[in-house]
Amino acid sequence: MKLVLVPHALMAVALALSQPAAAADYVIDTKNAHASINFRISHLGFSWLVGRFNRFSGTFSFDDTNPAASKVKVEIDTQSVDTNHAERDKHIRKPDFLDVAKYPTATFESTAVKITGEGKATILGSLTLHGVTKEIAIEAERVGGGNDPWGGVRAGFAGTTTLSLADFGIDFSHLGPASKEVELTLNVEGIRQ
Amino acid sequence: MLIRDTATGYGLATRLMHWLMAVAIVALFVLGLWMVTLDYTSPYYNLAPDIHRSAGILLLILLVFRFAWRIANERPADAELSRFEAAASRAVHWGFYPLLLALMASGYLISTADGRPIEVFGWFSVPSLVQKDGLEDTAGLVHEVLAYVTIALAAVHTIAALKHHFVDRSRILTRMWSGPPAS
Repeated sequence: MKLVLVPHALMAVALALSQPAAAADYVIDTKNAHASINFRISHLGFSWLVGRFNRFSGTFSFDDTNPAASKVKVEIDTQSVDTNHAERDKHIRKPDFLDVAKYPTATFESTAVKITGEGKATILGSLTLHGVTKEIAIEAERVGGGNDPWGGVRAGFAGTTTLSLADFGIDFSHLGPASKEVELTLNVEGIRQ
Repeated sequence: MLIRDTATGYGLATRLMHWLMAVAIVALFVLGLWMVTLDYTSPYYNLAPDIHRSAGILLLILLVFRFAWRIANERPADAELSRFEAAASRAVHWGFYPLLLALMASGYLISTADGRPIEVFGWFSVPSLVQKDGLEDTAGLVHEVLAYVTIALAAVHTIAALKHHFVDRSRILTRMWSGPPAS
């Protein structure tokens, strides 16, 4: 029996060691694309136009036992806007909209995390887009996390927020009254460092 | 009426292609400048680029045919030109072919960068050959610059033709309109 118990004890120790200890730093897995920044905006009030930013990077720190202490920072390459239509993307990059030559990067940095429920939180932070920095609130939920099959530890979240484009000096008014706001959906999987 | 070019003048085919392309190039330039200023709610917002792309593809086909026609035909003599004028006119005339080819190719690349084909007036469609992230931006810049270069070259060409016509009193301009003199 002893021979069997010893490996069990070793496994228990190994498991304990592999659990996230206090606040850990994570890098968002953009390399293997287990993260995405998606948006949708009303087209004429008739339908939803969906797009995404293909290039971004970010990090967050997360502590299972104290999630309110979490921090997140993301940088988005605005040039990488993709609405599955090259001519439209070209237009969106122009000064009419994102003006990516002048504002190549959008950033989000959290300032506070308020826990709103089991696995749910409101992430407050400043978003810099089109050269304008504004406080925004992202409604986030923890999707899952733990040991991945390849020896690493991961944590995944999803978040949503709605931006008024006029707040960021982007004039969509000529697209009609329905197109003033854009909804962002963020999917993030971080690999613990 | 002569279809082919001869040593004394241009045949009907060359003259038709010359004036058709002259009108089309200027029209596409103006259409291009205008269509990018259109408001999203303009009734021409989708129609104007559709016409621009379609006409551009047809012009590209015509350009290839015209180049082949030029090669296959005798070139009317320009003995009355000075050595400088002859060299300059040759440079301008031959310069148009690669310039227009690059202009139209860059336009094609903007519209097909995401894999979409170009619909030509709904008659047929030209498939996308090259897809690349951000290609539409590079191609767009090239297209814009080359469009201005083309119009600049066309202006030089026009001024030279008018100079031959009004100052030198030569047949250079009229032979592109009236064809070779009856022999």
